[in-house]
Amino acid sequence: MAELSYREAVARGIAQEMRRDPMLVMLGEDIAGAGGVFKTTVGLLDEFGPSRIRDTPISEQAILGAAMGAAMTGIPVIAEIMFSDFIAVCFDILANEMAKSRYMTGGQMTVPVVVRTHNGGGSRFGAQHSQSVENWCMMIPGLKVVAPSNPGDVVGLLAAAIRDPDPVVFFEHKSLLATKAEVPDGEIIDTLGTAKVLREGTDCTIAALALMVPRAMEAAERLAAEGISAEVIDLRSLVPLDTQTILGSVEKTGRLYTVEENPRLCGWGAEIASLVGEEAFWNLDGPVIRISTPHIPLPSAENLEDLTIPSVDRIYETIKRTMD
Amino acid sequence: MDEADIPADVRLELYERQHVLRQFEKRAYDLFMQNLVKGTSHLSLGMEAISAGFGQAMQPDDYVFATYRGHAHTLSKGAPLGPVMAELLGRENGILQGKGGSMHLTSVEHNMMGSYAIIGAHLCIANGTAWSAQIRGTDQVTVAFFGDGATNIGAFHEALNFAVIWNLPIVFVCENNLYMEYTPSDLITAVDHPAADRASAYGLERIVVDGNDADAVYLAAQDALSKARRGAGPSLVEAVTYRHGGHSRADPGKYRPAEEVEAWLDHDPIPIYHQRLLRLGVSEGDLATIQQSVAGRVDEATEFAKAGGAPAPESAMTDLWANGGSAWRN
Ligand SMILES: Cc1ncc(C[n+]2csc(CCOP(=O)(O)OP(=O)(O)O)c2C)c(N)n1
Repeated sequence: MAELSYREAVARGIAQEMRRDPMLVMLGEDIAGAGGVFKTTVGLLDEFGPSRIRDTPISEQAILGAAMGAAMTGIPVIAEIMFSDFIAVCFDILANEMAKSRYMTGGQMTVPVVVRTHNGGGSRFGAQHSQSVENWCMMIPGLKVVAPSNPGDVVGLLAAAIRDPDPVVFFEHKSLLATKAEVPDGEIIDTLGTAKVLREGTDCTIAALALMVPRAMEAAERLAAEGISAEVIDLRSLVPLDTQTILGSVEKTGRLYTVEENPRLCGWGAEIASLVGEEAFWNLDGPVIRISTPHIPLPSAENLEDLTIPSVDRIYETIKRTMD
Repeated sequence: MDEADIPADVRLELYERQHVLRQFEKRAYDLFMQNLVKGTSHLSLGMEAISAGFGQAMQPDDYVFATYRGHAHTLSKGAPLGPVMAELLGRENGILQGKGGSMHLTSVEHNMMGSYAIIGAHLCIANGTAWSAQIRGTDQVTVAFFGDGATNIGAFHEALNFAVIWNLPIVFVCENNLYMEYTPSDLITAVDHPAADRASAYGLERIVVDGNDADAVYLAAQDALSKARRGAGPSLVEAVTYRHGGHSRADPGKYRPAEEVEAWLDHDPIPIYHQRLLRLGVSEGDLATIQQSVAGRVDEATEFAKAGGAPAPESAMTDLWANGGSAWRN
């Protein structure tokens, strides 16, 4: 057991899998010599060499294209897109090509690619370097979507994503990179499509992802002091989605709050609200409430960014106000 | 080209390949007319010399990528006629089980790695199979075909730069048929030769070939493939050609001047090649025998396709994921 930062966990997860599978390769901008702009790939070049850890030009389509082509011939590939906002630049390869090729070819193609990218706000980078874009990927049939909230999950879910034969988009949250936790030694392999109940509760369920998970936990602590017992679910993976854990929790608590760092419209919270509306309506004691970013691009000034992304205060206050 | 150093049996195969493509696509057109092929389809009638020439020069384990205009490349890489025809008809015995259709023909078994309907995307993906060959230390080359119109999209430029700096074993082949859909490419392209004139921007040789002469294409293909195979990196080949028909099923191609169409019909790759073989001493009878045997194969393929049923409704829900299913939740 050693204390590991989220950012170190990324490199550890990649290294674990590269040691296991000598065919696994990785490509991206500034990932090799520089160790990644977020220092998430530090040390990998030294251990695995330039033929397995490859720097690319600033060519997002070429990066995901090469990843897909190599993967379709049986080479597992990790491709890094520096900021998740830049997925827009290669969205065609992600959404039209990688995601669909197995289905369109009647099952002939398998595309074992993991697209790793740095997601989310809190860094005052403004609207083109701070977005949470897991929704963009969640709506595409054929993509798996994973977003861990802590170092241990980073290692295990990354391993699971790499071993998964389907294309997976793996969102690492920028504002979690420096957070630390004890992580067991040795190989860690998790399972995609499994949510975790991080805190048991009886009065309401809070479903959160990535940076919103520690905030939901803190809000739940404060609610407990007020006599409200909140259960907190870390979704971890949006596709596949662990609906059993969500529905089971709502059956117990009768109330659901989703906390998402996404512009309001069509955020994943809406999908979960609809799911619960369809399948657990008679278990509900009140409306499902979504706590999200307003439907605006993210502002860069400190106070404005803090105002838009759901905060511990906002989660706490929303739940307290609506639980009466 | 009569004197080119190409063995007689290779020439007969080039002749046969071109006939397979021509007769298959003419049949596909007839089947449209009978409303048996739904949706859209893009024929390459008149452009057969390019896929025949490259198909002949490639090794079986080389990789091919095509655009939505990919029937010829798929067949030339060895995909079976019947299942390809069945796919055009949307039948369960289609090569993609009716899930891909004309614009997505693929045969992984033949290293035909797909037809791509988004302009330029596949040039980036093709780099990946070339990279894979490099990683695995094989001598496989990837060949990516695309149109003149594709040279104006960013992916073309990203793919070329990437292939050059990684020294990938890949050949980019521009089938310059002078038109992107309905607009002549020269009206919307900054240079005369949309691919070749840009080669120098990536440190590549300028290569233009007569895309209607199978021998010229075959020789250019041999050069480019052997360069890639010996580790000397990518090539960009521009083959100038013309489509006999319109852009797609719905397009009669009326925007093209009559004299232009006529001039190109006079430069049809198949009569050109037929005449050459006669000059080189092959008899009309031998050529007729090849044509007839191809016609028989196309008839058989048509019967195979028509005999297939509609795909089972439940197949719509299979093969999204590697586990064979499409479930997104537990
Ligand atoms: C990204 C993208 N933009 C537009 C289209 C629509 N489109 C389909 S074919 C075509 C023309 C392509 O011309 P060219 O590359 O010369 O190929 P050709 O059809 O002549 O083989 C266009 C614009 C598309 N499929 N993809």
